Amino acid sequence: MKSFEITSEPIDLSAFRRRLLDNACGAYVQFDGWVRDHNEGQEVLRLEYEVYTPLAVKEGLIIIDEAIEKFGIRNACGIHRGGLLELTDVAVVVGVSSPHRAAAFDACRYIIDEVKQRLPIWKKEYYASGEAEWVNCQHCAHPM
Amino acid sequence: MNQVSVRYFAAFREATGIEIEQLQTTAYSPAELFIECAARHDRLQSFSRALVAINDEMTDWDAPIEDGDEVLFFPPVAGG
Repeated sequence: MKSFEITSEPIDLSAFRRRLLDNACGAYVQFDGWVRDHNEGQEVLRLEYEVYTPLAVKEGLIIIDEAIEKFGIRNACGIHRGGLLELTDVAVVVGVSSPHRAAAFDACRYIIDEVKQRLPIWKKEYYASGEAEWVNCQHCAHPM
Repeated sequence: MNQVSVRYFAAFREATGIEIEQLQTTAYSPAELFIECAARHDRLQSFSRALVAINDEMTDWDAPIEDGDEVLFFPPVAGG
């Protein structure tokens, strides 16, 4: 089983986990990324994700294939949210099942690290101060 | 001259105020094209750490641009 999806709906974690069940697997590792209430000294109230879905899905599936090849795991899936999210919402989930745990841990770490660096997804943080900013984008635009 | 479409995302879209534009350009690469676009859009600043795709394929800033291409300017990403 392998899949990578973008959704604007809350992620159903128990349904997600069921996709990765496999009689040949003795290990399952899942990473959830949650919306937290602070970043770089600012109090965060909520987030908005913008996603370019065609390429995010394509690149996500490439990363999943890389992990299967590199670590010899049997199954890997991911889902990333788009749209407005509130504190503690699940922004991203990655699940990996494998005969043994070491490969499952390594592959899960690899997938989430690559997803964060390579997928065309942007995060806008809304702060308690009333301001909002695109994360990692200090040099994208000159101030108004 | 090549006819290309340029699409701006997230912070780049907010900086230019547009999602897509059609251009006639002599730019050889996305890097040259970005500099041309930044000359026309005052708030567009830098493609440092940004990513680029042509026709829905991730590519390099010095890849060649061809007539009819759609060039996608992705600001530094922040998934997860």
